[in-house]
Parts: sequence; C-alpha cells; structure tokens
Amino acid sequence: MASTRSTHNDIPRVTPASDKPIHYLDHAASTPVRPVALEAMLPYLTTQYGNPSGAHRLARNANKAIDESRELMADLLGAQPGEVVFTGGGTEADNLAVFGTLKARPGPAVCSAVEHHAVIEPIENEGGSVVGVDHDGQIRLDELESALGDGVSLVSVMLANNETGLTQPLAAVAGIVREHAPQALLHTDAVQAFSWLDVAELGQVADLVSVSAHKFGGPQGVGVLVIRDSATLAARAVGGGQERGRRSGTQNVAGIVAMAAAAQEMVSNREAEVERTRRLRDRLLDGILDAVPGSLETGPRTLKTSNIAHLCFEDVESESLLFLLEKADVYASAAASCSSGAMEPSHVLAAMGFSRQLGFGSLRLSLGYTTSDADIDAVLTVLPKAVQQLRDSEEGRG
Amino acid sequence: MAEILVALSGGVDSTVAAALLVQGGHDVTGVTLKLWGGETDSGCCSVSDVEDARRVAQQLGIDHHVFNFGDDFDKFVVDPYVADYAAGKVPNPCIECNRHIKFDKLFRRADALGFDLIATGHHAQVIKADDGSLRVGRGADPTKDQSYVLHMLGQDQLRRLRLPVGTFLKDRVRELASELGLRTANKPDSQDVCFIERTPGRGEAGRRVFLGERIPLRPATIVDQSGKTVGSAPSIELVTVGQRKGLDLGGAPDRRYVIDIDHEAAVVTVGSFDETLTERTAVPDLAWTNGPVEGEFVVQCSAHGSRKPAVIDPVDGTTVLWNEPHQRVALGQSVVLYVDDTVVGGGMAGPTPASP
Repeated sequence: MASTRSTHNDIPRVTPASDKPIHYLDHAASTPVRPVALEAMLPYLTTQYGNPSGAHRLARNANKAIDESRELMADLLGAQPGEVVFTGGGTEADNLAVFGTLKARPGPAVCSAVEHHAVIEPIENEGGSVVGVDHDGQIRLDELESALGDGVSLVSVMLANNETGLTQPLAAVAGIVREHAPQALLHTDAVQAFSWLDVAELGQVADLVSVSAHKFGGPQGVGVLVIRDSATLAARAVGGGQERGRRSGTQNVAGIVAMAAAAQEMVSNREAEVERTRRLRDRLLDGILDAVPGSLETGPRTLKTSNIAHLCFEDVESESLLFLLEKADVYASAAASCSSGAMEPSHVLAAMGFSRQLGFGSLRLSLGYTTSDADIDAVLTVLPKAVQQLRDSEEGRG
Repeated sequence: MAEILVALSGGVDSTVAAALLVQGGHDVTGVTLKLWGGETDSGCCSVSDVEDARRVAQQLGIDHHVFNFGDDFDKFVVDPYVADYAAGKVPNPCIECNRHIKFDKLFRRADALGFDLIATGHHAQVIKADDGSLRVGRGADPTKDQSYVLHMLGQDQLRRLRLPVGTFLKDRVRELASELGLRTANKPDSQDVCFIERTPGRGEAGRRVFLGERIPLRPATIVDQSGKTVGSAPSIELVTVGQRKGLDLGGAPDRRYVIDIDHEAAVVTVGSFDETLTERTAVPDLAWTNGPVEGEFVVQCSAHGSRKPAVIDPVDGTTVLWNEPHQRVALGQSVVLYVDDTVVGGGMAGPTPASP
C-alpha cells in the first residue's frame, strides 16, 4: 500500500499554511503572540537557559528576568511584587485560588453560575454552592447574600465572561461579601477581562486575581495568580519552594518574560484598543443582526467587553455553522467544547435562561489586537450565506 | 473528485475506510459522532476513541471534526431501547442508531455542509441489482458481515454511501492499518451495546444495571405448560423467548426453554425445545428495499444469527413462512430477507400469529 505512513516517532511538524488569508475571530480562545513578547522570550530559550533557582551567572540572569517580570506584572495588575505568583496558566491559577483557599481554611465556597469550568468544577466538587444570574448574565446579588454566612471561606466571581463577554459588578459583590462573610476570600477570574478592563483598578476589591498570558498576546501555558499579602493559601504544587512556597516547580522563565512584555504592550494600548475593537465589534454585530433573521445578541452590549460578539441563531447548529465558516476561512468558536472536541450545551447560556436549542446555535466572534476591518467584512460576507445554507438544508428544516 | 465525509468511530475499520478513500484520490473529511453523554467504559464515544480517530485523521492528512448528536441519540436510540424493554420487546439499538443517527441525521448534516458522499467502516457492500436499483450486500468477511444492521437503507442513502472495507476480510483490514502505521491496527473489535457499561459483566448483567436505573424490573414467575410454578426470574424484562440459560428452575433434570412470555402478568412458560419452534413469524412493518420480491429468501433474525430459508405468506404479504420450523423470534428483533447474499427487505418481528 502507498506511503501515507508516518511513524510514531516523528517530531511534530508545522502543518503547511494555506495561501489563503484567514480571518481569525477567536481571540478569546487564544491570541497570536505579540512580536515584542516573542523577541523578549527568545534569549531565555537560547543563551540564557539557566535555572532561576541556581547559583551561577546564568541562573542569576534568569532570576533577574523573573524578578523584573514580577515587578512589571505587579504594577499592571495593581499588586505588590510579592503578591504575584506565576502559574502554568489560567486554569492553574483558578484551581490554586479555590483548592488553596479551601485547604487553608475549610468552609463552603460560593461562585456564580457563569464561572469558567476552572472555577465552577472545583467549587462544585468540593460541595460549594452556585449563585444564579439573571437574563443579562448578572449575578443575583440577593441570592449571593443568602448564600453567604460566617463559615464561607471563598467567593469567586469573574470580571468578564469567556463566552458572552458580560461583565460582573465586582465592587457590589465585594461589598456584600465583606458584610455577610467577612472572613471569606474574594477571588476574581480576570482571564478574559485583562485585555479590555482596568484590572489593576477593578481587582483592588479582590484578594485573589487570575490572569493568563495567551489571552493578551503572550504564550500559552503561563499565567498569574495575585495573592494579596493579607490572604493565606495552601500550596497545591509542593517541592522546591519556588514562588515563596506558593507554587513549587522551576518557573517557565521564557514564558514569564514574554507574558510581561505582552502585558506591558497590551496595557499601554488598552484604552485605544477598547475603542477600536468596540467600533469593529459593533459594526460586526449590527451587520449580522441586520442581515440574518432569527439572530439575537446574548445580553446587553453595554455590559460586555468591547471585543466579543456573541449571538444565537434560531434553527442553526453551531457545529455546522463553524464548519461552513472555516471553509470560508473564518475562524470562530461556539460555547464550550468538551475534551473530545464535541460541542457541549453552554452552562452560561443555560444559567441566563436561554433554551437548550438556542444554546446549541450560539456563535462567539472574539476580536483582538490583530483584528482589522477586512476581517469584519469577511464575516459579514460569509456568515449570512452560511446561516441561509443551513436553514435551507433538510437538516435545518427537519 | 468527490467530497466524502467519512464517519470515524476510532476503530480499525473506519480508519482503514478513510485511508482507502484518501488513496483513491478523494477529498476526505473525517467526523466522529459524540453520541452517549453518560457513563461508559465500553470504549465507544470515549475521549480515547475520539483521540484515535483524530490521530488517524492527522496521519492521513485529512480534517477531523466532532459532531455532538447526543440529544438525538437519547431520543431515537437510548430512550426507545429502555421503553422497548419495559414493553416486553428485545430491541437492537445498533439498528436504530443506523436508522436515525448515522444514516439519517448524519446524512442530513453532510448534505447541509455540501458533501457529495458519506462513507463508513461497515463490513457490507452496496450492490447494483439487475434492475439498476441498489441493495445492501453482505460483507466479504462472513464472520464480520454487518448487512443485517444496515438492512433499512433505501435508494437515496445507498446512492450516497461508500463502504470501502466491505470487500475485505477483517484480517486484511488490520494488515492494511498496520502497514499504514495507524494506531488503530490492533484495537479490539467493539462489542455489545456501546452505551452500556461492561463492568457489571457482559450481556445480561450490564443490561440489568442499566435498565434497573431507568425502569422498575419486575420479578417473574416461571411455570410449565400445566401452569405449575417451577421457578422464578429476577426480571420479566430480561427474559427472552427461546432462552435456556440463566433460568432458575430448581435443578429440573431436562432442558427447558422459554416458550412464551406473558409480559403484563410477568409469567414465563417453559417447555421443550420443540415447543420453541414456530412455522410463522409476523413482520407487520416489513419494508422492501426496492419493491416486493417473490420466491424463496434466506432469512436472518439477529446480527450474526442463523440463515434459514423461508417464503412470504402471499395472503398478508408480511408473514415469514419458514421452510422448517424455526425458533420464535423475540418481539422487536429485526427480520431481514436476503436473495443471493443481498438484502431485499426487512422489518421487526411482531407477535406470533395464530396458525391459519
């Protein structure tokens, strides 16, 4: 038989890029690494390869890079350098916040129904309680109040949602938590928010703040959990005592340096980028809502980060729509995917009271620092036709 | 060059089917269906199966997608499976999955997405009959033939279906996978019902746990033909006509078989082997692949069951008249008619008709 054989010990090779330009509207999933971040990280993969815990010059160089990155991230996140703990990404930061708190101070944890799986899963597994949201995705503050009490150890409410882009009134949440569960720690998952909101300011009310580098032009696999000096957490990874014993394991030096470089560029451009993406996003949304009957926005635009267009289409299944969009070189995503890659019904839309059927017809187009007017034009050309094709098919009619 | 959507279960047959189509120069896309959301340890629909399918697609250089048909699977396969047992029938969920999911929902999806053809790894063949119509033919490997579970396919589906491994022996399929370096080459064949856990034990034990969580299982009384109680069974729902093993008959010396089931009263009647036999099997919903066919058929009543000659009763046009007395067919089992190893019709066994 002919030679499609590829042996099991091939090293991964890059799939050859197609000549066609793609329109990448999935920045909420992952962003291209900023050139400034790539440039910053390369020396630590080539010449400056020391282990930052070591005693020689290469080690000291690495350690210096981490310390400088820590100061930069602290500044950008409104924290003290000693409060910045580098992690292996957003999920690890969220997990450390939940499990680390519960281990240090047993007692029920509370979170909103629209938290990322990295928060809601550990809290549910530990027997915590979940507070509902209204149709606009806003946490029900009265429900939160009744869920609180003296024993509660942790409250986790995100700044901005990863599917819908809807933000939460974190200051109001903090007020209620301080009054009704004064000993509880407040965690906020700011993974989606950091690129679009002033987390240094908004996160001041929280004891714990998570961010992830690849959402703002840094590489995948590195993030931060801010742990205020007033908060005590038990470590999850125990060993060499790195990160002041709060997260053992040799740091991802190159990743940390790149994250800091990306964050610096992102924050210095943030105000302008928010305005730029809001204009593009609004043009995109208005264009879709205008051209596609049976389409609706999930929640009010005024409560969303500026980069996310999230819609539901009646009588369309997301997985079919994404397939046709990809065929036309538009890359987007739907709600959540499970580990198999299959679309799962969105717990976020369910919590907001959307029907299961509408939830299966959701689409997230998320913009970022590389998004241009040409990308918006491409979606506006392709999307209405794709929806129509699906609705005209026997499956759509069936 | 046709655009073909190939259903990749993650098993060896479908991955070789995809490889053969790629080698044939077709524009191939792989899809794995996520069907069962519940607990499973049977391997089907598991993350590792999807990973195998995805890895093979990568090796073949084709795109791979996962479609979540879980809601349809519950509605058309799992719920009716449970309801059938509750109603005293013995369903074949693979047939219902083929009827409603793989060869309906997936076909409509493929159509919506602009694919010309669909391929699967079934061991069966699409045969062109003398009259130009298409039929499901037996796979070349007699021990792996799956034409029985595809018997319901009509002309529209057969026109758009490709079955690339249907002409190969299973050993050759594994050889091809191995030559191509595909990780599925030595995967064991899938067995039993994909959504039922194996842990409790094969066959009835797993079924008992699965059904027991969903419907009340009612204890049955076993009587002989005089009406005398001779034993009991833990659940009437899991007793099948013709069954001999697994009956608690208090050590009766002669072999006794289930010859009748009164589902409502939860009473099982046992008798001799001869009493399990019938001359007629009703198939009230008998459907012909392409119009009625006359003459003698070879008839098969389970996936790898015996093949026995019979004709169709000319009076009602739907009752199978066996050449030799045949074991009664459980309600809900599919009865498939073949001529020359080619499906010409089929349907579900109904209540045994009274002899004329």
